[in-house]
Amino acid sequence: MAKTPWQEFSKGLIKENPVLRLVLGTCATLALSTSANNAIGMGLATTFVLVGSNTTISLLRKVIPDRVRIPCYITLIAAFVTIVQMLIEAFSPDLKAALGIFLPLIVVNCIILGRAEMFANKNKVLPSILDALGMGAGFTAALLSMGIIRELLGSGTVFGLPVTAGFLDPIIIFLLPPGGFFVFGLLIAVANKLAERKGGAPAELGCCAGCPFSAACAGQSAQKEDEKEETAK
Amino acid sequence: MIKGLIAIFLASILTENYVLNKFLGICPFLGVSKKLDTATGMSVAVTVVMVIATAATWPIYTYVLQPSGLEYLQTIVFILIIAALVQMIEIILRKYIPSLYNALGIYLPLITTNCAVLGVTVLVIEKGQADASFGFVQAMVNAFGSGIGFLVAMVLFAGIRERIENNDIPKSLRGLPITLVAASLTAVSFLGFQGLVEGMLG
Repeated sequence: MAKTPWQEFSKGLIKENPVLRLVLGTCATLALSTSANNAIGMGLATTFVLVGSNTTISLLRKVIPDRVRIPCYITLIAAFVTIVQMLIEAFSPDLKAALGIFLPLIVVNCIILGRAEMFANKNKVLPSILDALGMGAGFTAALLSMGIIRELLGSGTVFGLPVTAGFLDPIIIFLLPPGGFFVFGLLIAVANKLAERKGGAPAELGCCAGCPFSAACAGQSAQKEDEKEETAK
Repeated sequence: MIKGLIAIFLASILTENYVLNKFLGICPFLGVSKKLDTATGMSVAVTVVMVIATAATWPIYTYVLQPSGLEYLQTIVFILIIAALVQMIEIILRKYIPSLYNALGIYLPLITTNCAVLGVTVLVIEKGQADASFGFVQAMVNAFGSGIGFLVAMVLFAGIRERIENNDIPKSLRGLPITLVAASLTAVSFLGFQGLVEGMLG
């Protein structure tokens, strides 16, 4: 069934949100949601790489031999990441310092390889670009909502503007790693609850589903079997 | 010198734990930590690849990329080296040490796209640039320590998850959310190590 362009774009926002529904790219989500500004920076950088890689992979999908596709994809993605690194270094050194190690690590962000494998290598260029834009927007939105929650609770500001000063002391632990795990866990719980109302399944770790080697991953298949047993009960 | 190396080793396990402090390698941490034996197998494989990858990328960066002014190629070169290395390790293990291949082989392809491995190779280069005394030996100790830190976090967390299994959890928290909340509490316990290494050896 062919989807309209709007559906192709919008599915990444809510229904197949890469962070909260497909659970891809967890590392960057947890690490860079300490403030709303970082979240937007990371979201835009990832979106840029995603659009670039989805476009090229979709263009080259008939040229790249199936057996060596993963190394080809990784090289293409690494090239786009290098471009982003150079652009950010040139235009916003502060952002580069804030993103730190996670800027080069966009290469191994499962959202990008996942979309290449699940979408771009099977679809034409235009749907692939729309898919990338939608997924990128969904990633940015999820990161931003986490960033706002953590910044508000952790430093009492939103986008650097004081909000809760005077009546609520900042709860610094929300800026530290434990706060990241905690807020992320609760957001997924909320997303699960909303999805359940629409008859959707709870979110499962998608790093593996998006990963081309998922068949090899024993942990994930064991987990799936466990869940099947649970539903059978 | 030795004292410095011990400090780097302990710091990379406890205060700079890759999973619980730096958010690197979260996917395997959440995905493969369901059973103790798979968690151990995965972490050993990650440690091996981290050490070998650092041994390969550090000299290439310092003696090839840097003198020729090609630092900006770091990301693309490193990920290709890691991908090639993982393939080679897999082939060598399959040919010469089948028993080890059977134990670790299934985890190897996953490791190419594991951010902890690319992370350690990039981070040790950064550390080396910030501090002139941080050389190849220090980088190797750091890589090994990070792998062991990953192992510690995985094994601890596998134990915690086995306990969660038998509990009655509210429906919408089941599965991933409760795992993340448990990870949050584990990370709190690792915050307790802040300052420990400096206090012990400083």
